[in-house]
Amino acid sequence: MPFPGPLKNFMRGSRGGQPAGEKSANAAGRPVSQQPGGAQKFTTTTRPSRGIEEFFNSIRDQSGLTILDLGSASQQNVSFITNLGHRLYAEDFLRLLNESFGPDDLAAQSNSGSIDYFLRQALDYPEGHFDGVLIWDVLEYLAPALLAAVVERLMKIARPKGYMLAFFHSDDKLESVPFYTFRIQDMNSLQVAQTSTRKPAQLFNNRSLERLFGRAESVKFFLTRDRLREVIVKV
Amino acid sequence: MWNKRREEEPPKPISQGIVPAPAPPAPNAVEVKKEATPMSSMPVRTFEPESRGAATIGKSVKVVGQIFAKEDLYVDGAVEGTVEALEHKLTIGPHGTVHAGIKAREVLALGSIQGNVEATERIEIRKDAKLMGDIRTARIVIEDGAYFKGSIDIIRPEPAKVAPKPPAPAPAPAAAVPVVAAAPDIKR
Repeated sequence: MPFPGPLKNFMRGSRGGQPAGEKSANAAGRPVSQQPGGAQKFTTTTRPSRGIEEFFNSIRDQSGLTILDLGSASQQNVSFITNLGHRLYAEDFLRLLNESFGPDDLAAQSNSGSIDYFLRQALDYPEGHFDGVLIWDVLEYLAPALLAAVVERLMKIARPKGYMLAFFHSDDKLESVPFYTFRIQDMNSLQVAQTSTRKPAQLFNNRSLERLFGRAESVKFFLTRDRLREVIVKV
Repeated sequence: MWNKRREEEPPKPISQGIVPAPAPPAPNAVEVKKEATPMSSMPVRTFEPESRGAATIGKSVKVVGQIFAKEDLYVDGAVEGTVEALEHKLTIGPHGTVHAGIKAREVLALGSIQGNVEATERIEIRKDAKLMGDIRTARIVIEDGAYFKGSIDIIRPEPAKVAPKPPAPAPAPAAAVPVVAAAPDIKR
């Protein structure tokens, strides 16, 4: 079965079938390791990321900033960000989402009481608290009502002129998208590990993303070869 | 014929401290398998409670209040309040649930912690551990699968204080005299 997302060319490259002379899968993502076991095999790839480059370039000359990572705490991200002299806040956003609404229960995500409860659990921070927010791809799994509330809260807890980095799949026909964990490898590359697949609540194009972050000062897009749209939002 | 001869051979003595060489391939494949099974070159990573030399709060114990430890402490039970082991290592075992502010030299979390943690040297949050609170430490290790919610402040070790320079030698009295002496001259 071909892998979706950044791994779609991986098996062709590693198990033959790719004509000699063609570029390997490195262009889309360099396979680092493959985890055995289970019906589905998931891999880790390292690939360049303009989004992460742009995010850290924008805060490069500063230290002591406050960064929020919504992708839970991983050793690499913690080390990378704290080594730059910043303070890191970690939230396991999707775990809280599952605990609050159950997995893939989009109907529950429209209940205003549940939304308030979720925001208190996940994003209860003072206004203008963060200089940067690493959102990763979590917004894709939110139903419209919850998404609007979360984005509004994010815009509030990020300081004016602060930056947010979010990823969205650019293929708007996907039934389920690969579910990734993102590890910062260095200033301009990411280690992307696919841990499962998950059905997105909605998919976005540039226009809908501009509408979503309509209150932001600017929204910048980087389309990657692995069908991910990396978005830098300047609050 | 061959089998009979082998049975008559006495067992070879194994000298102490020397690992016996692997047995030569026997005609019976099942026997070979049996002998090979116990050998493993991969160490199995299991957590052993480091209770040797450490005070222990067992998993059926609940403590409410303040704990000050002057030795390593292993908590596998429930603690509410504060825990201080400023110069020692605090281990929260897999059954441990701590609702407390923690100050220790080193913290190893395998269970659940709710509260702020200050670990002057390092904190390690193992897989399946849960920590909700703010961390201040010099070094942090988080295993994949650990749950963490809060902030991380890395304390940079302060550089060793440089001994203050000895005060510059006082100017010779002879040098000061002209200044004092010059003042009346200017007035004139």
